[in-house]
Amino acid sequence: MKRSRSKIKGTDWFTVILYLLLVTFGWMNILAANIEPNAPVSFDFSTEYTKQLIWIGISFLTIGVIYLIDSKFYAAFAGMFYIITTVMLIMVIFVGVEINAAKAWFEIAGMRFQPIELAKVSTSLMIAHTLSRTQFSFTKLQNILIAFAIIIIPLLITILQNDLGSGLVLLAIVITFFREGLSPFFIIAGIIAIIIFILTMIIPNHLIILALTAAFIIALLFYKQIKSALISLLIIAISYSLVTQVFYNDATEMSNNIGVITGIAAASLFIAARVFLKRQSHLIIYIIMLWGSIGFTYTADYIFEEMLGAYQQNRIMVMIGLKDDPHGAGYNVNQSKIAIGSGGVQGKGFMEGTQTKFDFVPEQTTDFIFCTVGEEWGFIGTSAVIIAFITLLLRLIYLSERQYSSFSRIYGYSVVSILFFHIIVNIGMTIGLAPVIGIPLPFFSYGGSALWGFTILLFIFLKLDTNRAELLR
Amino acid sequence: MGSNNRTILIVIAIILVGLIFIGKLFMLQVVDPSYKFSAESNTQRKLTEFAARGLIYDRNKNLVVANQATYDIMIVPREVTPFDSTKFCNLLGIDKKHLDRLFANVEYNIQRRRISTFQPSLFFKQLSAEKHTILQEHLYKFPGFFTRRRTVRKYEYPNAAHILGYVTEVNDAMIERDSYYRAGDYAGISGIENTYEKELRGEKGARYILVDVHGREKGSLRGGRMDSAAIAGKDLTISIDIDLQAYGEKIMQNKTGAIVALEPSSGEILSMVSSPTYDPSLLIGRNRSENFPVLAHDTLSPLLNRATMSSYPPGSTFKVLMALMALEEDVLDPSQRYSCIGAYYAPGVRVSCRPHYNPVNLVSSIANSCNSHFCEIFRNVIDNPKYASPSEGLSKWREYLLSYGLGERPGSDLFNETSGFLPNSYYYDRIYNNVWGSLTVLSLGIGQGEVLTTPLQMANVAATIANRGYYYTPRIIKDIEGVTIPDKFNIRHYSNVDSAHYEPVIEGMEQSILGDFGSTARIAQIPGISVCGKTGTSQNPHGENHSVFIAFAPKEDPEIAIAVFVENAGSGSSVAAPIASLIIEQYLNSEIHYTRRWVEERMLNLNINEKIAESENRVEQE
Repeated sequence: MKRSRSKIKGTDWFTVILYLLLVTFGWMNILAANIEPNAPVSFDFSTEYTKQLIWIGISFLTIGVIYLIDSKFYAAFAGMFYIITTVMLIMVIFVGVEINAAKAWFEIAGMRFQPIELAKVSTSLMIAHTLSRTQFSFTKLQNILIAFAIIIIPLLITILQNDLGSGLVLLAIVITFFREGLSPFFIIAGIIAIIIFILTMIIPNHLIILALTAAFIIALLFYKQIKSALISLLIIAISYSLVTQVFYNDATEMSNNIGVITGIAAASLFIAARVFLKRQSHLIIYIIMLWGSIGFTYTADYIFEEMLGAYQQNRIMVMIGLKDDPHGAGYNVNQSKIAIGSGGVQGKGFMEGTQTKFDFVPEQTTDFIFCTVGEEWGFIGTSAVIIAFITLLLRLIYLSERQYSSFSRIYGYSVVSILFFHIIVNIGMTIGLAPVIGIPLPFFSYGGSALWGFTILLFIFLKLDTNRAELLR
Repeated sequence: MGSNNRTILIVIAIILVGLIFIGKLFMLQVVDPSYKFSAESNTQRKLTEFAARGLIYDRNKNLVVANQATYDIMIVPREVTPFDSTKFCNLLGIDKKHLDRLFANVEYNIQRRRISTFQPSLFFKQLSAEKHTILQEHLYKFPGFFTRRRTVRKYEYPNAAHILGYVTEVNDAMIERDSYYRAGDYAGISGIENTYEKELRGEKGARYILVDVHGREKGSLRGGRMDSAAIAGKDLTISIDIDLQAYGEKIMQNKTGAIVALEPSSGEILSMVSSPTYDPSLLIGRNRSENFPVLAHDTLSPLLNRATMSSYPPGSTFKVLMALMALEEDVLDPSQRYSCIGAYYAPGVRVSCRPHYNPVNLVSSIANSCNSHFCEIFRNVIDNPKYASPSEGLSKWREYLLSYGLGERPGSDLFNETSGFLPNSYYYDRIYNNVWGSLTVLSLGIGQGEVLTTPLQMANVAATIANRGYYYTPRIIKDIEGVTIPDKFNIRHYSNVDSAHYEPVIEGMEQSILGDFGSTARIAQIPGISVCGKTGTSQNPHGENHSVFIAFAPKEDPEIAIAVFVENAGSGSSVAAPIASLIIEQYLNSEIHYTRRWVEERMLNLNINEKIAESENRVEQE
C-alpha cells in the first residue's frame, strides 16, 4: 500500500495536468463544433461529444490499469505486444470495416477501434527493448537494419489497409534513432530520397540526374579535385551532345536519358581510373552514392508510373500539393484557413463559431478540430494550444533524459517523436503548412481509439518514470 | 558524448516548429485582413454554381434537347424572421398547408442534424421563371430566403424518349458511388443522358460571398479569388434522324413493338422506335413525380425500351442466317432444286409450309419463305457428317450466330440491352435428358423454338448482310464536343461466313419483294429503290403471332438496314414489312410515293392495341 502511494507520488504531475488541460479543452471544442442553437445539448449516445466523454472515462480507467502493472512487465513483454498488434493490423484487413476507403477499423458493439493506435505503443516499446540491449549499436549495419525493420513492418501493413497516413507516423521514431546515435547521414539520405521521389513526379528524370551529378562535381571541388571536376564536366557535356545530337539526332526523353547516363558512365570511368592511379579511394564512395541515387531515381519513377494506379497517383499528387483538388483536399485547407483566420485575435467566443458548424469544414471534429480552436478562441487560443503542446514535448524530453535505464529513455523519445509528428502534420495541414494527411491531433480530435491510444502511449511512459532510478530491460 | 548535443538539436527543432506555427497563425489571424469578417455582421456563404448540361443535336444538327431555367428557393434557417405567410404562399403558388409541411421538413432536418441553421439548404424546388420574376421583387421582405438558378431539360421534340432517357435528382446510392454528386444534384438516369453522363454534366463551380444579417449580398469573399466557374457540359451529336424518328413513332402509334434502323457503313442508329412511347417532357422537373407512376403502371409498359430490352423469336427472318451458314459449311448448293409438298415430313414430325411455286432453289425458297427447304437445310447443318454428334453441330450453329452478334449484348451505348437467347447443347441435354437430335430441335431452323433475338440484334443482322459480312457495333453517338468517340465503335466485326456466300441470299431477299406470286413481301416494293428483305412470323404462345421484317436498301451500296417487330400483328408481310418499307422510303426519298400513300394510310390507321384489348375483353366476358 505504501509502495503504490509512493508510485503515485512519484508521478510527474506537471505532465498529468497538461494532459488533463488538453483533453478537456479538446472536448469543449468537439462540443462547440456540434452545438446548434435550435438543437439543444443532449447527452444521448448518438452525439459525438457524449461518445467522446465515454472514451475519456475509458482512458482514465486505463490509466489506473497501467499504474497497477509493474514497470518491468512493459520491458519484458515488449516483443509479445509487438507481435500481437502486428497480427491485429493484418487481421483488420480481412475482418475490419471500411471507412474513407481505408480498411483499418475493427467494429465491436458499435465502437470503432483502429489497431494502429496500439501499434504505435507496441512499436515504441519494441524499439525501446531492442535499442536498450547492451550489444546494440547504431554503428553496426545489421543493427540499423533491425531497428528500421521494426518500424517498417507495421508501416507496410498500413499500406495494405490503404491507410498509409496513419502508418507514416511510425517513421517519426527516426528522431529517437538520431538521439540514440544513428548517423545523421541516414536522415539526410532519407530526406534526399523523399525529395527525389517527389521530383520524379514533376521534372524529367535526366534533369534530376544532372542535378545529382552537379552535386557530385561540387563534392569533387570540395576535395580540391578541380582538375577531375572540370574534366568530368567536359566528358559529360561531350558524351551528352554526341548521343543526343549525333546518334539520336533529336532530343526526346529517351535520348536525353541515355545521353546523360552515357556521360556519367564515361566520367565515372575516368574518376575510377584516377582513383586507381592516384590512390584516392575516398572518391569511390561518391561514385557509388551517385550511381545509387541514379538507380533510386529510375526505381522511384518506375514505381510511380507503372506500379501505382491513376487513382493512387492522383492521391499522392494531391497529398504533396502538386495537384490542386478544389473539391477534395484543397477545398478542406481553404475552408480551414478561412475558419481559423476568421477568429482574429480574440476569437468569436465559445460556441459562437459559424464556419466550423456542420459541413463547412469537412472532418471538423476529427482531423480539423484545430479550426474550431482558431475560430472560437482566436490567436490567443491557438498560440496557447501550441505552447501547451511544445511544453509537453519539452517536458517529456526532460523526463526521458533523467531516466536511469535506457529502456525508459528510448521509449520516452519514441513518445515524443510520435506526438511531435502528429502535431506538425495535423496543425500544419489546417494552416496550409503540411500536406493533408488525415491523422488526428493528440488528445484533441474526436475519435475514441486515438484518444485511448495516445493516453496509453503517454501514461506507460509516466509509469516508467516512477521507476526512473531502477534499471529496466 | 554527442547525445547532449543531439538532445539540444531535437529541442531546437521542436521549438522552431512551434515558433513557425505561431508565426503563421499570427499572419493568418492577426495580420492578414482578408480572412477577417466579424461574426456579428457578416457570414460567408458558399454558393454552388451548377453547370448547364450539354445540349443534344441529331445527325442533321437539329437541336433535340436544350435547357431551361428554373429557380430553387433556399433557406438559411437562422436568418428567417416572422413574415407574411399568405403573401409568401401566393408568390410560390402553394397553399398554407404545403408551406407548413415545408417548414416541418426543415425543422425535422435540423433536429436530425442533416442541415445547418447557418448554411443555406434547399427549401422549395423548381419555381418557374415567371413566378421567380415576381418573387424576386418581394424577396427583401423574407429574410433568410434567397433563390438559386438551376437548369432543367427542355425537349424540342416529343420524340425519342427511350433514346434520350431522363434526368433526375441523384439518390443516396449514387452519391455514395461518385463523390462528384451532392444531395440535390441532377444526373442522367437512363438512355443517352446516363451513358454520357460524365460528358454531359460538366463541372460544378463554387462562389463564395459575404452576406449581412439580412441575407443581403455584400460582395465576394477575398475578391473572388477562391471562386471557380462552372464548366458547361459537352454537347453531343447523336446519330438519330429526328424527323425519321418522329415518322417512325407516328407509324407505330397504337401498336406495340419496335423499329431499329441502322446505317450499315457505320453502325450508327438512324432511328429506334419503341412503341408505345411517351413525351420526354412529361418527366421534367416537378411533372416527373406526377407522371412517372402513371407511365410505370401502364399495362403496355411505355417506359420499356422494346428495341433493346424485349426479345422475340426471329421467325422466318432467321432463314437468311441458316442459308448463310449452310453455304459456308458447304452443305447447301444454291442451284439445287428442292420439291416442297406443302409441308416437311419426317418420322414423327410435320412442319407445314405456305403455298408457293415448286420446286424451289435457294433464292426462291428465301423469297417464298419455304419452311420445308429450311428444315432440310437445318438438318444438314446439325447432322453434318463432319461432326460427330448433333451436339457438335449445334455448337457450330451457335458459333455462326454469335459471329452475327446474337446471343450476347450488342455492347452499344444504349442504356439497357438484353442478350436474347441462343440455346446450347447443354440446355437441350437437360430438357431432353441427353436424348435429342436435329428433329427434336427442328423448329430452330425456321426461327421458332427457343432462339430469342432483340430488334436491335436483328437490325444488326440486316446491316451485316447489307455489308456482305461485317458489322460495326451499333451506336447512338455521332460526335462528342472535343472528344473522340470510343474506339470500340470503329472496329469491324466479321461474321464467320465468307463474303462470297452473301450474293445468293441477298438475291433471295430481293426476290421476296420483287418476285411473283408466293413472294412474301411484295408490299414493300418502292418505286426506284431496290429493297432486300425477309419477312418473319414469330409464333407467340400468349396470343396472335408477332409480325417481323428485316431489310436493307438500296441493294448495292446500302444506306439503311432495318428490323421491325410488331407484337400480335400477325404475319410479317401484313404489318412489319409495309412499316419497314415506309421507313426506308421516308429516309431515302424523304417522302412517300403517291402510289404507296394507301399503304401509309393503312398503317397509320391500324390499331392493334385496341383489337387486342377488345379480344381480351371478350375472353373475360365469356
